[in-house]
Amino acid sequence: MTSIPQHASAAPKMETRGLEIRYGPKAAVKGVSLTLPERQVTALIGPSGCGKSTFLRALNRMNDLIPGASASGEILLDGRSIYAGHLDAVELRRRVGMVFQKSNPFPKSIFENVAYGLRIGGLSDKRELGERIERSLHSAALWDEVKDRLGESAMGLSGGQQQRLCIARALAVEPEVLLMDEPASALDPIATAKIEDLIHELKARYTIAIVTHNMQQAARVSDQTAFFYMGELVEVGPTEQIFTTPREQRTEDYVTGKFG
Amino acid sequence: MSVASRKTLGAALTVLTGAAAALVVAMLAVILVDVFRGGAGRVSWEFLTSSPEEGMTAGGIFPAIYGTAVMTLIMTVAVMPVGVLTAVYLHEYAAPSSRMAALVRVAVTNLAGVPSIVFGLFGLGFFIQFVGGALDHALSPPGELHYGRPALLWAALTLAVLTLPVVIVATEEALRAVPREHRDASLALGATRSQTLARVVLPQALPGILTGAILAVARGAGEVAPLLFTGVAYFLPELPGSVWSQFMHLGYHVYVLATQSPDVEATRPLLYATVFVLLALTFALNLVAIAIRTRTRRKAAAGH
Repeated sequence: MTSIPQHASAAPKMETRGLEIRYGPKAAVKGVSLTLPERQVTALIGPSGCGKSTFLRALNRMNDLIPGASASGEILLDGRSIYAGHLDAVELRRRVGMVFQKSNPFPKSIFENVAYGLRIGGLSDKRELGERIERSLHSAALWDEVKDRLGESAMGLSGGQQQRLCIARALAVEPEVLLMDEPASALDPIATAKIEDLIHELKARYTIAIVTHNMQQAARVSDQTAFFYMGELVEVGPTEQIFTTPREQRTEDYVTGKFG
Repeated sequence: MSVASRKTLGAALTVLTGAAAALVVAMLAVILVDVFRGGAGRVSWEFLTSSPEEGMTAGGIFPAIYGTAVMTLIMTVAVMPVGVLTAVYLHEYAAPSSRMAALVRVAVTNLAGVPSIVFGLFGLGFFIQFVGGALDHALSPPGELHYGRPALLWAALTLAVLTLPVVIVATEEALRAVPREHRDASLALGATRSQTLARVVLPQALPGILTGAILAVARGAGEVAPLLFTGVAYFLPELPGSVWSQFMHLGYHVYVLATQSPDVEATRPLLYATVFVLLALTFALNLVAIAIRTRTRRKAAAGH
């Protein structure tokens, strides 16, 4: 396990206070207070159904789209509530981007996939589009593989390339926070390693939250780890501490593989 | 039951189901062969481009081809926007528990079950007498009927109402087939719902929507009963001059030739040829539409 230096002094980029999310009568997330420090990677771990993905999707209000879902408590971005009047869900999602578990490129060309967020934002200048798409593909470590076939369909890319394309697409709109919902769970080990390297590079510029089932992955990529169980945040701390000297018995049982 | 009798039953069922299937093919074959033998030889350029003559015992069927085509075209232009928008409302905007959406779905289902002759009466009562009458009241000199008469437009609109359920059901099916992941991806990039609809959902649903258009055209072009009340003419020497004119129609022309001829023997070859043209036109229309759909689908799958 690599040791990652902690930046305990990093400012909170996003913060939840007593966040509760319900699907109808059932609470999926119960009173979670968690801080995402700026330009650090926070890993959300826990067994299936523990609420970690629901928590992640609440941060850019993707849960709003699920009928019957409701949230209470506070979610702050740069200290201001994301539900306040100055920010609607559409504006929020441009600042808090998301990469999904299953790569989901549009059935369009590679170029148009990355251009999508820029075009809906009103950018139509060919040259600027081209520059920003190149920059995003560089950031997602995909440029060298696709630079000669930007006009070809994204569906022709491999699974790992598709997922990096989705990352490039999310980066193109220049978000401040990047949410990743098990971004490598459907990929082979080599493609997974590429995504993990990428996360290391991206945290210099972005605040990242990543949901993962893979304990080694959490240990490798994150600065801070939060352990969720049955909708509650059991423990959060520097990744090294969570994996070596957890304070809670349940955390220890989970990270050592006694259940999961 | 003994093994032998079970085997006999199995064999009998195989024969029975096979025979039923063969019967379907045989009926189509009989129709096609009969129509082809009787009609194909009689179809000529002149037949396709001239008007009926000598009490329909000679001449061609051009006015009927023209009337059918124009009527179907107007019908398609009328039905597609309404049908697609209704399906978009049902699938994209209405909440799953919406009572309004449930009401619309019940209406669509029942609309699909109404006999076509009733649509004819509806067209006569609503479009011609109510809408047309109101237009005449407002625009025509007193006592004159200009809009409140059977006409190309009213017939096309009546068929548009008749084919509405086909378009709605097909479009909703197409919208349902667009993966949720693509909508999520679009929304997570900061797209609004309408942007997602216009740039992701509708382009992917286009092949399915075109399928709806094909089905509507196939259904609408073959209907005759609603036209009897709303605009079809027994015989017109001239082509319809505007949407307010009456028109000739291939399907109705077949009926006229078969039942109203003064000389059955003289009319028979014309009747065969007309049926042949009607069938050929329907098949051609379907082929073109299927080709468009396949191309769109391939393009959608490959990206642009």
